[in-house]
Amino acid sequence: MMGKKKDTFLNMTLSLIGITLVAGLSLGYVNDLTVGPKAKAKLEKKLNALKLVLPEFDNSPVEDIQMVKSSVVKDSVEIYPAFHKNSFVGAAVIGSTEKGFSGLIKIMVGFAANGDMLTIEVLEQKETPGLGTKIKNDSFIDQFRGKNPETYNLKVKKDGGDVDALTGATITSRAFGEAAQLAYEEFEKNKESLKSLKN
Amino acid sequence: MMLLGMCPTLGVTSSAFNGLGMGVATLFVLLMSNIVVSLVKSQIPGKVRIPAFIIIIASFVTIVEMVLEAFIPFLYEQLGIFIPLIVVNCLILGRAEAFASKNNILSSILDALGMGLGFVIALTLLGAVREILGSGSIFEFRFVSENANTFILFILPPGAFIALAYLSVLFNKISTKTT
Repeated sequence: MMGKKKDTFLNMTLSLIGITLVAGLSLGYVNDLTVGPKAKAKLEKKLNALKLVLPEFDNSPVEDIQMVKSSVVKDSVEIYPAFHKNSFVGAAVIGSTEKGFSGLIKIMVGFAANGDMLTIEVLEQKETPGLGTKIKNDSFIDQFRGKNPETYNLKVKKDGGDVDALTGATITSRAFGEAAQLAYEEFEKNKESLKSLKN
Repeated sequence: MMLLGMCPTLGVTSSAFNGLGMGVATLFVLLMSNIVVSLVKSQIPGKVRIPAFIIIIASFVTIVEMVLEAFIPFLYEQLGIFIPLIVVNCLILGRAEAFASKNNILSSILDALGMGLGFVIALTLLGAVREILGSGSIFEFRFVSENANTFILFILPPGAFIALAYLSVLFNKISTKTT
């Protein structure tokens, strides 16, 4: 080994201070560089999901976001209203539950103005790969499309509802239905106030 | 020696793409830390070299994490907790300590590239095997229907060990034949 510095207290302190200083500065610099793109990526993801679940709209649902308090979940529920030519066409509601097989499941449900579910996007989940993760598949989501939770029971068939549970993932399917039910309840509760937003 | 550093990555190789992403992230950290360690090695007193190496490695891992989150959010979500865990991957600290701290920059770069590429190939291969058997697809390209029954076991953690074991058997067979 060549020219190693001696193990004196001063040398050790100085070299560690030097390294941490350089590391800290460069991390701060990279953080500055990435903070913008990070926020943009998050927003884009949200916008893409909104475009998928909402009917055609010409307002900015992200700017018109309504946060409503709910007794069921910890955080407030996010509602993104959609307007087309100033009339209310529907809203996307974030439904979430902690009762997934591995905790949090977060979905975005798109409702038409009359409460029909348009489609559902899964935003966050940690379910078992190959079993619970199938809630993302079209073949599972399809059974919700165009249904109105007023007449369509969002419980799984095992619990007396209308939802065909995924094989091997009843808990996940149950949680999914619960999250959708929560979204529907919040939508119904806030429908009138949403409509008056643009009048 | 061949299996050095495989442990924390078994969890992410559930698909070929994830394996590739994890491999490339590790390759980058390994390369950068090898370069920096070989540059500053003469300035670091022997007694504090390990903490110094860890700070260097952790910095690069954090950079990778921030860059991934900003520019490849899809991959960032898939890899999740396993990116920060690159810090404790013994492969990187092992090469910093065993090689880069004793050799010049050029050979450290070559060492990192060799080790890193091997790691990328191993992870991608492992991911590919698990994805083909477990999801019936390769690099997200599906060759069986969405609802077909696949060996779900292979995308669960135990499948990682089984796949890794069989790949090691194959590898040993090949390497004993050629020597």
